[in-house]
Amino acid sequence: MGPIGENEFFFLMQGLKWTVLLAIVGFIGGGIFGILIALLRTSKTKVARRITAGFIGVFQGTPLLMQLFVVYYGVALLGIEVNAWIAVAIAFTLHASAFLGEIWRGSIEAVPKGQTEAANALGLHYVSRMKDVILPQALKISMPATIGFLVQLIKGTSLAAIVGFIELTRAGQIISNQTYRPLLVFGIVGAIYFIICWPLSHAGSGLEKRMAKAAR
Amino acid sequence: MLNTANDQPTLISLEDVQKWYGAFHALKSISLSVRKGEKIVLCGPSGSGKSTLIRCINALETIEEGKIVVEGQVLDGSTKSIDAIRREVGMVFQSFNLFPHMTVLQNCTLAPMRVRGTSHTDAERLARKYLERVRILDQAEKYPAQLSGGQQQRVAIARALCMEPKVMLFDEPTSALDPEMVKEVLDTMIGLARDGMTMICVTHEMGFARQVADRVIFMASGEIVEEAEPEVFFKSPKHQRTKTFLGEILAHH
Repeated sequence: MGPIGENEFFFLMQGLKWTVLLAIVGFIGGGIFGILIALLRTSKTKVARRITAGFIGVFQGTPLLMQLFVVYYGVALLGIEVNAWIAVAIAFTLHASAFLGEIWRGSIEAVPKGQTEAANALGLHYVSRMKDVILPQALKISMPATIGFLVQLIKGTSLAAIVGFIELTRAGQIISNQTYRPLLVFGIVGAIYFIICWPLSHAGSGLEKRMAKAAR
Repeated sequence: MLNTANDQPTLISLEDVQKWYGAFHALKSISLSVRKGEKIVLCGPSGSGKSTLIRCINALETIEEGKIVVEGQVLDGSTKSIDAIRREVGMVFQSFNLFPHMTVLQNCTLAPMRVRGTSHTDAERLARKYLERVRILDQAEKYPAQLSGGQQQRVAIARALCMEPKVMLFDEPTSALDPEMVKEVLDTMIGLARDGMTMICVTHEMGFARQVADRVIFMASGEIVEEAEPEVFFKSPKHQRTKTFLGEILAHH
């Protein structure tokens, strides 16, 4: 058994950096495409609704691990030379956009119909109606679920290890193999995930309680 | 009566308007013309189509047959015609429908800025003018949830006025209010009527109808059953359905 010293800890922190970066990229990319998907899902065009419903169905109906594989090897099949980082970022963006799109679709539909009617009666067009009236209210409604999904996403980044991406979990595995102290190493790794995820979950449920009170 | 308006040009006309919700015939051959400056009160039992009727005028509802013309603009379902009509028609809803994430002032400035391209400064000046007119300027920085129902409805009236519409549609504006707040909203509406605004009001406030309406229209089962000047309408209704309705309504007031 080897000791767990500064070097090992530094290595874990390197992994953590990629975990956080991957979660951020997935969340931002997924946020941008997710808004688009939510808007298409709630649009008047039947084709747009169908296509986005299909997209959401596929990504919600398959494991994230499969999605990572498919994108990782799929991109290579297209003959495009990309490193693991890009492939994984694409996969997480697609994954997150499906889930966030569905969460936000629900939130857009949860905004009272009278808001759309008032905006229409005032002559506001689609862009202003969405940007100024509906989306600010929808995003507020969606906050607890959105934060909940972010927590899932952070933990989900551990699956990126499967395609050779050295994030926190993979870094832990490497250290564990070197030091033969799996319990201690994965205990630390788990604690790091917890320190990031728990405050987020806590904030999410706090927000939910406050909103439930406000709605009463 | 404030205004006989007989010599004024027609602002709104509906010809043989038909609307169905699935198999339900919501509006049956409605024809109506409203002159500039006229105040019309629409009443009738719930489900009679009165709200649907005014919601068709600003295209919140579509019609299956017939013709609606507002200020010479035929409502043909095109975006252009809908835009043109909504610019001239203001609406006040039963449930206020203020934007809860915006202050009173922001509620009032949004549409002039986005629809008319008014500058922020001018939109605020306009908003303050109309908030003053509905006597709620002191609450301009508050959010809707911090106001009473009556105050919220007055803000909603100011918000609609900020688009400087030629016609105001009121869809049961006092029905969601506590009794003690009805008067402040009605007084605001009476003030508007005095200033010559063309108004179509769906309401059961018969006192208001008597005081400001040029015509009272009674609807039942999607049809216009009777229309008359308020004096005639209340004293000698012709149809049995009108008599029954008035009997029920007036028994409450």
